[in-house]
Amino acid sequence: MALTREQIASIATLARLELSPEEVPLYQDSLSRILEFVGALERADTANVTPMAHPLAGLTQRLRPDEVSEGDRHECYQRNAPLTAAALYLVPKVIE
Amino acid sequence: MSALHVRTLTQLADGLRRKSFSSVELVSEMLARIEKSQPLLNAFISVTGAAALAAAREADRALAAGGGGALAGVPIAHKDIFCTAGVRTTCGSRMLDNFVSPYDATVVAKLGRAGAVVLGKTNMDEFAMGSSNENSFYGPVRNPWNPQLVPGGSSGGSAAAVAARLVAGATGTDTGGSIRQPAALCGITGMKPTYGRVSRYGMVAFASSLDQGGTLTASAADAALMLREMAGFDPRDSTSVDTPVPDYVAALEQPIAGLKVGLLAEFFDKGLDGDNERCVREALRVFESLGARVRQVSLPSLPLSVPVYYVVAPAECSSNLARYDGVRFGHRCEQPRDLNDMYRRSRGEGFGAEVKRRIMTGTYVLSAGYYDAYYLKAQRVRALINADFIRAFEEVDVLIGPTTPTPAFPLGAKTEDPITMYLNDIYTIGANLAGLPAISVPCGFAQGLPVGLQIVGPHFSEARVLAAAHAFQGATDWHSRIPVGFA
Repeated sequence: MALTREQIASIATLARLELSPEEVPLYQDSLSRILEFVGALERADTANVTPMAHPLAGLTQRLRPDEVSEGDRHECYQRNAPLTAAALYLVPKVIE
Repeated sequence: MSALHVRTLTQLADGLRRKSFSSVELVSEMLARIEKSQPLLNAFISVTGAAALAAAREADRALAAGGGGALAGVPIAHKDIFCTAGVRTTCGSRMLDNFVSPYDATVVAKLGRAGAVVLGKTNMDEFAMGSSNENSFYGPVRNPWNPQLVPGGSSGGSAAAVAARLVAGATGTDTGGSIRQPAALCGITGMKPTYGRVSRYGMVAFASSLDQGGTLTASAADAALMLREMAGFDPRDSTSVDTPVPDYVAALEQPIAGLKVGLLAEFFDKGLDGDNERCVREALRVFESLGARVRQVSLPSLPLSVPVYYVVAPAECSSNLARYDGVRFGHRCEQPRDLNDMYRRSRGEGFGAEVKRRIMTGTYVLSAGYYDAYYLKAQRVRALINADFIRAFEEVDVLIGPTTPTPAFPLGAKTEDPITMYLNDIYTIGANLAGLPAISVPCGFAQGLPVGLQIVGPHFSEARVLAAAHAFQGATDWHSRIPVGFA
């Protein structure tokens, strides 16, 4: 199935990706081809088949007690932050 | 002391323990080889020479005192997807160009405790998305067998570094073939363990139901030694499986006489190169000569692996990579107008073309109205493929086939059409979808380029898979070939 320019723009908005005007037709073409390719799945008979979300069937997600297990290392973590002040992460103003 | 590099990881670990040479000598030789090869191969993103020499001195002291772990003093490298405390971890992306991990991945910590000396972080396709290593922000890696050709991907730097004998072993990750495919194209041994066997803590996430860490080494015996030290339960990874790790090294010599080998009929399709097929069929005769019983096995849903993968993996990728928002770490654009502008431009600038393509594919297949048609449908077909494997393993002990359809191809040959590139992983993806252990071992040459043989086993049968690969390597010498210029 062929995607329109508008559909690519809407996917990019959902994914929070800024695309240049030159990128749009490239993704229009390649995503359309990928969707056509994965369209082969339609032909598989999957009536009464349970979707498989985890490769090891029967294993359930393990839980742990809700206890503090890590110390406060915010100074170390914030060394990677683009912008901080007073141990807070700074972002552009959200509320006027 | 010269030419230590031609020895295998197992031989080097033995030599260090017997003090035939020191870790400092060995590490110095390897660092010089890395430096010399870097302009040609570009296998490394970061080289940590000073830290490596300090660790080598530490290993020599431990060995002199009669101590040291199983890998004491052995030079290795980590794919730059594994977090290393205090060392830049880029995942091959501009997004993480300035990211210095505050902690070690469990795999890094475990290999460190075993005494391994880390020489650096290897180049890779950005966020492990690619099959040629052409998607790295740090430039492509080149194949040591012919620098005009790709090394495969996404663990292309690790594969090239081991093939060129710059390190004795390297870590990799395999989501759809990213250990086995570059191992095949570079003529080395690549082992992807069972999903949940090796901790994913500190391993940058791409597709969480498929990602698994593993090894790139010169031989199956080396893989057994390295994996034994890497594997095991980790409470910090909720998908880690709490089952004991067998001694893979001790299990290597189990005989394969009587082993029931299934030849994967679906892998001998029209896409398989004639020379690759010849090498794989000759390898089967080797298994027969060792007493294995070979029969053909059919997995009818397996040809749908690639379409399933290109729904499931992008879907998980779009979710996992949502964390790169320019707030707490990673790239942030200049002068954002508002929060949304910051998200959009930071991500648009920080991610490369293939990563954006997969995020958008995943966003689309998960979006309202398409979720059932694409994502749930793919998960249902994934269940069919898994059921095919389970049925096959009721009849045979291991499955065998080619690792890749063709040998290494020229840089730029498959970058135009994403589907052409995706089909490189047509034989490897099945094991990821079903979470199975699988290994690629060298099984011959096609026009001077290495060809890989793939052995797949049931869940947690790493010992059997490694023993089968080891028996094959005992009867052949393809794995000991070193590219001209690196011998």
